[in-house]
Amino acid sequence: MAALDQTQVKEGVDQETVDAVREVGTYKYGWETEIEMEYAPKGVNPDIVKLISSKNDEPEWMTEWRLAAFERWTKMEEPNWAMVSYPKIDFQDQYYYARPKSMEEKPKSLDEVDPKLLATYEKLGIPLKEQMILAGVEGSEDAPAEGRKVAVDAVFDSVSVGTTFQAELKKAGVIFCSISEAIREHPELVKKYLGTVVPVSDNFYATLNSAVFSDGSFVYVPPGVRCPMELSTYFRINAENTGQFERTLIIADKGSYVSYLEGCTAPQRDTAQLHAAVVEIILEEDAEVKYSTVQNWFPGDENGKGGIYNFVTKRADCRGDRSKVMWTQVETGSAVTWKYPSCILRGEDSQGEFYSIAITNNMQQADTGTKMVHLGKNTKSRIVSKGISAGRAQNTYRGLVSMHPKAKDSRNYTQCDSLLIGDKCGAHTVPYIEVRNNSSRVEHEATTSKVDDDQLFYCRQRGMDEEEAVALVVNGFCKDVLQALPMEFAMEAQQLVAISLEGSVG
Amino acid sequence: MALPQAKQTATDERLATLNMPDAGCTRKAREAALARVCEMGLPGRRDEYWKYTQPDTLVSADAPFAALFHNDEPPMFDEFDRLKIVFIDGVFSPEDSDELAMDGVSIDRLEDICCKDIHWAKELYGVLEANGQNPVQRPLAALNTAFASDGVAIHVTGKPAKPISLIYRHASETSDAILHHVVRVESGAEVTILENGPAASRFNKCMEIDIADGGTLHHIRAQGRDHQRRAATHMFTRMGTESVYKSFTLTVNGVLTRNEQVVELTGDDAVAHVAGACVGDGEFHHDDTVFVTHDAVNCESRQVFKKVLRNGATGVFQGKILVKEGAQKTDGYQISQSLLLDEDSQFLAKPELEIYADDVACSHGSTSGAIDETALFYLRSRGVSVREATNMLTLAFLAEAVQEVEDEALAEVIVTRLQDWLARRR
Repeated sequence: MAALDQTQVKEGVDQETVDAVREVGTYKYGWETEIEMEYAPKGVNPDIVKLISSKNDEPEWMTEWRLAAFERWTKMEEPNWAMVSYPKIDFQDQYYYARPKSMEEKPKSLDEVDPKLLATYEKLGIPLKEQMILAGVEGSEDAPAEGRKVAVDAVFDSVSVGTTFQAELKKAGVIFCSISEAIREHPELVKKYLGTVVPVSDNFYATLNSAVFSDGSFVYVPPGVRCPMELSTYFRINAENTGQFERTLIIADKGSYVSYLEGCTAPQRDTAQLHAAVVEIILEEDAEVKYSTVQNWFPGDENGKGGIYNFVTKRADCRGDRSKVMWTQVETGSAVTWKYPSCILRGEDSQGEFYSIAITNNMQQADTGTKMVHLGKNTKSRIVSKGISAGRAQNTYRGLVSMHPKAKDSRNYTQCDSLLIGDKCGAHTVPYIEVRNNSSRVEHEATTSKVDDDQLFYCRQRGMDEEEAVALVVNGFCKDVLQALPMEFAMEAQQLVAISLEGSVG
Repeated sequence: MALPQAKQTATDERLATLNMPDAGCTRKAREAALARVCEMGLPGRRDEYWKYTQPDTLVSADAPFAALFHNDEPPMFDEFDRLKIVFIDGVFSPEDSDELAMDGVSIDRLEDICCKDIHWAKELYGVLEANGQNPVQRPLAALNTAFASDGVAIHVTGKPAKPISLIYRHASETSDAILHHVVRVESGAEVTILENGPAASRFNKCMEIDIADGGTLHHIRAQGRDHQRRAATHMFTRMGTESVYKSFTLTVNGVLTRNEQVVELTGDDAVAHVAGACVGDGEFHHDDTVFVTHDAVNCESRQVFKKVLRNGATGVFQGKILVKEGAQKTDGYQISQSLLLDEDSQFLAKPELEIYADDVACSHGSTSGAIDETALFYLRSRGVSVREATNMLTLAFLAEAVQEVEDEALAEVIVTRLQDWLARRR
């Protein structure tokens, strides 16, 4: 963090903000677990795809699905439109499957899991013992006496190590397991929904993921059920030269509700590693899903050596009327981020929300944002994005708001703010706005003076100046969201809230 | 790198229809521009920079048919005392033009810059266009530099008493005009340039403007009404220290218009304002593409674009503010707004910021929506008819862009015309 220490901070930028960014820049999860691993041979080809499929004991239709995806992938080109640059990735020079030897025999319960793995998660603050309460929640004043329960699916390199609270969730009818287990145990659901939100040939990385995904999480919440606890998946990359390709499928049936959290870390290494995930969320009528991410992959060192290339496709399909999805992301890690959690607002009166804080430092590059595709009548979306750039980092917001001719009376509000700390970094905004009917209103603002006027007026009436009022309104909003994160990273996220809007540019 | 086949074919077909004029001293610049066209290829539907505007009819081998438009209105700016330079279907018409002489400015035809040995023009021709090809390619401008058949070189050395008025008349239904102007505003000089008229069935116009330290250029343009013409125009402006550039464009109809403004602030304390108002009705596609580069300290740039659209008209705005490393104290502002008067019209926008300096204030905004029902109700409750009320609100909406015109008399003319047109509808 020497670079930031020497940076001349311009007048008007809050010192607290600088300190918070500096704090975030020190990577705490760079250690490695020494554990015996078994790998598939390097590279990707139909045999590797078949091997991954067989390791997961998949039925034939799944293997075929993967092979078809691989076939497509070989004909696709890597996208180059994002404002990121990195050396060409040699897709044949890495492992596509790595699992701890001790996972060869699938443990029947968490008690049988290799203690080394359990220790790894414990060190990360994710205890996999159900009787333990998650760090960061303990002692929280708002928490009920028995503590808040969070079910965790822990993914270590290519395999799911274990999933907690499965029995309790089952009582409520909720299915929460690894995707490999779901393919075996609930093929009808997987078959019905997999690839329907992010089609196999959606984009280069999604197609690669479809061919070689090794594990990930599966959630099904039946009609009318409010999931009794938060669900979360914790992704850890440990093995060297290994790509992680996870697949998450969340189905919220009619009138259901679920809040899902995702965290990720990786050891500190000199060579870059690839992470290409796909997340699909399906929402039926009146369903509501909250999806929160704290992305903290290893960002590379000060000179840009190493780090994770995070090329992720995340999309929610609000199929049912009045369904609602909310994406929240705190992006602090990864050498290169390429990520656009999106909402297809198909059902009438459906809503999509996207809240993002992206912090880049040193040589990090982030190109992130969202797509709000309004197809149904009276749909609403809101985008709040804050990008903070320090060191020699580049931070880009890229988004699409599309109002289709049939999406009458729809509404979008977008606000993007960026903050630069130091004169060697960059902050960019690339919004696409497509309005194809006249009863919809679209507003894109990148000024700090146009937050909700009523709220602003209220604050100002009570003696705050405009800047304070804006900071309060936006930060207050983030705070709401961030406080809902019950994991250890809630602490980390809290620090980010200290970042003020002062000195921000559009 | 080889071009995609479709692009190669389209480029070859278009180039086959063109002949490079026997251009003497500009030959080198023209050949370099042609090489650029061959390397880039002409715009195609799949190009990101043409995402919202289909360039097919702008690059096709022959100009599409465009009926002549007759109306009883006096031509725009008719009531103003100005120095008229008239082009008919892209060819200079000495009979219709005033004598090209006025204190404080010298004006020559492009074809004369070699024999008269006009150094500055020879040195400027094609240079700003070539600079403007990076980071985004503008092949139609390079095509223009290579094949422009006419144009003027305007050298402003003082403060001419009258505006210079470029008038483009349309006489043939299949005319395909390529005009290229070069303008140099010397230190401390100030000029107003007016442009109006449909020009041709298809019009490709390029203007390269070099404003020296402390120079000022006002540019006001009115692009026809109810006309089937197609136009792709480029203005490349390079600005020195404390120079001022203010440009305003009014567009009323026309089947397809793409106006590109490429402004580079290279001297400290320069001020650039680029604005546009457009009223589109029916078969109408209007695209404002603006790229402002801040490469000096303490400069100000402002982009204000307003579009009123109805009966299936399409408005496009692609604006960008690029603040280079070291361009501290930049004040960049960009607003694009559309008013959609009915269900079928659409507004497509891409307002971009790219910032590499930390002590800057850049903001942008973009909105789209229907007419404000509350305001409409208010006016109606006071006895104003729906139609009249709609016109009033529309005019008020456009006014913010028209206000960018500094000369009050000219602004007044524009507002009066807008009022007329709104009242008449199509």
